[in-house]
Amino acid sequence: MLAYAIRRVLLLIPVLFGMTLVTFSIIQLIPGNPAQTILGEQATPQAIAALEEQLGLNEPFWVQYGVYISDLLSGDLGVSLRTNNDIAQEMWPYLAGTLELTVFAMLFAIFVGVNAGIISAWKQNSIFDYTSMVIALIGVSMPVFWLALMEQWFFAQELGWFPAFGRNNPREPVEAITHLYILDAALTGNWQQLGTTLKHLVLPMVALGTIPMAIIARMTRSSMLEVLRSDYIRTVQAKGSNQSVVIYKHALKNAFIPVITVVGLQAGTLLGGAILTETIFSWPGIGRYIYDAISYRDYPVIQSGILVIAFIFVCINLVVDLLYAAIDPRIKYD
Amino acid sequence: MKKAKMPLFSAALLAVFVLGACGGDETGTDGNGTGEQNNNGGEESSSGGTLIFARGGDSQSLDYASVTDGESSRVTKQIYETLIEFADDSFELEPGLAKDWDVDDDGLRYVFYLQEGVTFHDGTPFNADAVKTNFERWADPDHQYAFTDEGYSYSVYGTQFGGFKGDEGHVIEEINVISDYEVEFILSKPLGSFLQNMGMSYFAITSPAALEEYGADIDENPVGTGPFKFVSWTKDASIVLEKNEDYWQDGLPKLDGVTFQVIPDNSARLTALQSGEIDLMDGLAPDDAAMIEGQAGLTTFERTPNNVGYLGFNIEKEPFDDVRVRQAINHAIDKNEIINNIYGGLAEPAANAVPKDYLGHNDDVVAYEYDMDKAKELLEEAGYGDGFEFDLWTMPVSRPYMPDPEQAAVVIQDALSELNITANIVTKEWATYLEEIELGYQDMFMLGWSGVNGDPDYFLGSLLSTDGIPGSNQMFFSHEEVDALLAEAKTTIDPEERAALYEEAQLIIHEEAPMVPLVHAIPALAGVDTISGYVPHPSTSESLKHVEISN
Repeated sequence: MLAYAIRRVLLLIPVLFGMTLVTFSIIQLIPGNPAQTILGEQATPQAIAALEEQLGLNEPFWVQYGVYISDLLSGDLGVSLRTNNDIAQEMWPYLAGTLELTVFAMLFAIFVGVNAGIISAWKQNSIFDYTSMVIALIGVSMPVFWLALMEQWFFAQELGWFPAFGRNNPREPVEAITHLYILDAALTGNWQQLGTTLKHLVLPMVALGTIPMAIIARMTRSSMLEVLRSDYIRTVQAKGSNQSVVIYKHALKNAFIPVITVVGLQAGTLLGGAILTETIFSWPGIGRYIYDAISYRDYPVIQSGILVIAFIFVCINLVVDLLYAAIDPRIKYD
Repeated sequence: MKKAKMPLFSAALLAVFVLGACGGDETGTDGNGTGEQNNNGGEESSSGGTLIFARGGDSQSLDYASVTDGESSRVTKQIYETLIEFADDSFELEPGLAKDWDVDDDGLRYVFYLQEGVTFHDGTPFNADAVKTNFERWADPDHQYAFTDEGYSYSVYGTQFGGFKGDEGHVIEEINVISDYEVEFILSKPLGSFLQNMGMSYFAITSPAALEEYGADIDENPVGTGPFKFVSWTKDASIVLEKNEDYWQDGLPKLDGVTFQVIPDNSARLTALQSGEIDLMDGLAPDDAAMIEGQAGLTTFERTPNNVGYLGFNIEKEPFDDVRVRQAINHAIDKNEIINNIYGGLAEPAANAVPKDYLGHNDDVVAYEYDMDKAKELLEEAGYGDGFEFDLWTMPVSRPYMPDPEQAAVVIQDALSELNITANIVTKEWATYLEEIELGYQDMFMLGWSGVNGDPDYFLGSLLSTDGIPGSNQMFFSHEEVDALLAEAKTTIDPEERAALYEEAQLIIHEEAPMVPLVHAIPALAGVDTISGYVPHPSTSESLKHVEISN
């Protein structure tokens, strides 16, 4: 297991290296001149030339790439062309926002999806089964932005239960310590603020988590049904174990392997969906950060932003693979 | 047993709803900006409340002179003050940090008499030295506080004052401190818009002590003399300001604080207003304006138009190099149809590049009337009776002067098809769009211009003089007589003389038709009806010192 884990981690190096090359090359293809963008419409050609020189934009591709990689290796994501700030530092609040949102969306998807799947399988062909599978079907087919807008209209505007935008109440902003607002509110011991922050999470979390939730529910149900029909479960049942032991102790472990695959894949796509959700709910996340950077041709920020997302994606895959091996020792990777 | 497991699933759903239901009233009451929820309002009944102002984009910087976007100056307007202020709803000049000023007859020497007893938010006194330091900072790229190495540039200073220290066109020759509260500006040549420029939010005064303390980080640590003090800035989310208790004008500001909240999506912003999470929102879509009118508790505010949305011809390209073709297209576009369909009526038809009420606006210039027969005749004359095909460059983003560019392009395309003219709608990513029309890649394009200082030169000089090429004159309109008139108007001090020169220039421009001036749009805002004292300024940046939210 340990050897496998180490091998798997080492494999990340070429993958990440390739990724830097791809993002770096693509960014070179974006039309337009960043020096012109930074200096504005009134800039003189001399000023533009001077800034290009200063930023190293005149250097050949490989030289620019080499500088980029060596900076990256020393943990330096560079400096934003637009704000002149350190990117790693500037990016964190946005990344924290996206992490908070996606983690909660995933927890929601897993918790609701897995339980709905289990109960549906367990009470196959019951009203509950039909209802939850119809909901799952609707959930899978519903575009994130549409659901988000409907939620906003119904729960924020009509019922006024949840706020329609942002991460916290602008009338009483959370004091940012880690920028993970739930944690920050808890750290400062402000329970009312913790409640408000959680409430801000609900609508975007549901919007973002619904598709994975539906997929997870369907996958759990079919996988569970298969396992429940297997001989060993019949044996356990014959021995007179109670239903919850059968399900949670014996069946779930085996039923869970395909579910983990789905969870892993969905966690990746969540990052994509997060950009849409963040836009609609005015949630300052990494998507907005990159989007802004694109409109200002802030190359270092675009590169770093994409790289960080890709890195997270790769890490999720790694965790999924390691989980397989941990849950089912029969799975060997040679 | 089976029942025992059911709650697992229900709990998940319940958790979602319970959370919402228990605190439901919080956002509900909060929102209408009423009494108890204004946490910093405390128990004092005289408290003016905290205003949550939602807008579509974040500020770029809080160092106002180094950026040109309206979202930045909207915030800095609260923190900083200029020597001269504009009246609440127009560009008329009023005393600001300067209580009075003198101009010599030749227009080369200005003396400003400063308010006494004003302090910056950091406690240091405002005086003539502070004024001198600030202006020299913008004028001289080598100044210790110019921060050019950190990427700062003061393009608006360059455009408004003819360049920078050492440049041939730079008009501010020297700034002399006569006494603590008297400062003198000596110009190398007269500048008609000098006093108007002094009112622009770009030229507000920062505490020199803060420039010393924060250096290039001044853009995130603004220290001015304004009615509100900077508290915090969470990027792409909110900028929090609090009341300046030591403000020099008695009884002001009335609010306890202002929060500028970013909500990029138009409909989400409106939802937030309707659900009471914010008090005031900018960028109300024309379609929503009518709906708001009928809603209890909400109200709309309209800004005086200070912009022009236009179609520009690249007059260096065929067939737009022929004035008859340009005039024909001017005749072919029904501005009222566009105003009704796209602006929801919130616009005035434009005859001219300069908005009405501007100095020198020529009321005798009448828009080309909508007349298809006339258009056909002119095209026939120019030899294009069978029509032609061209690319109509369409903006990829909506702007106050052009809320739905694509739809507008379709209307124009449709109108031109009646003349056998095929307009291919072309759209590009925004930054590329701006860059390429400056380079002249377009045949005909859609764009607009918003005023900042209420001076006609800002419109005519930028858009239609040869000096604007390459740059803001993307029609490549270059006309000797117009250039001479605009140049003379720029250096004339007497307002009447200036007006006459601009009026004459507009007649020639109208005849030459380098553009189709479409509309002067009326930007709308929406807010809760408990707001009082809010007057939207045509420049888009208004001080909120007179605003309050009552119960």
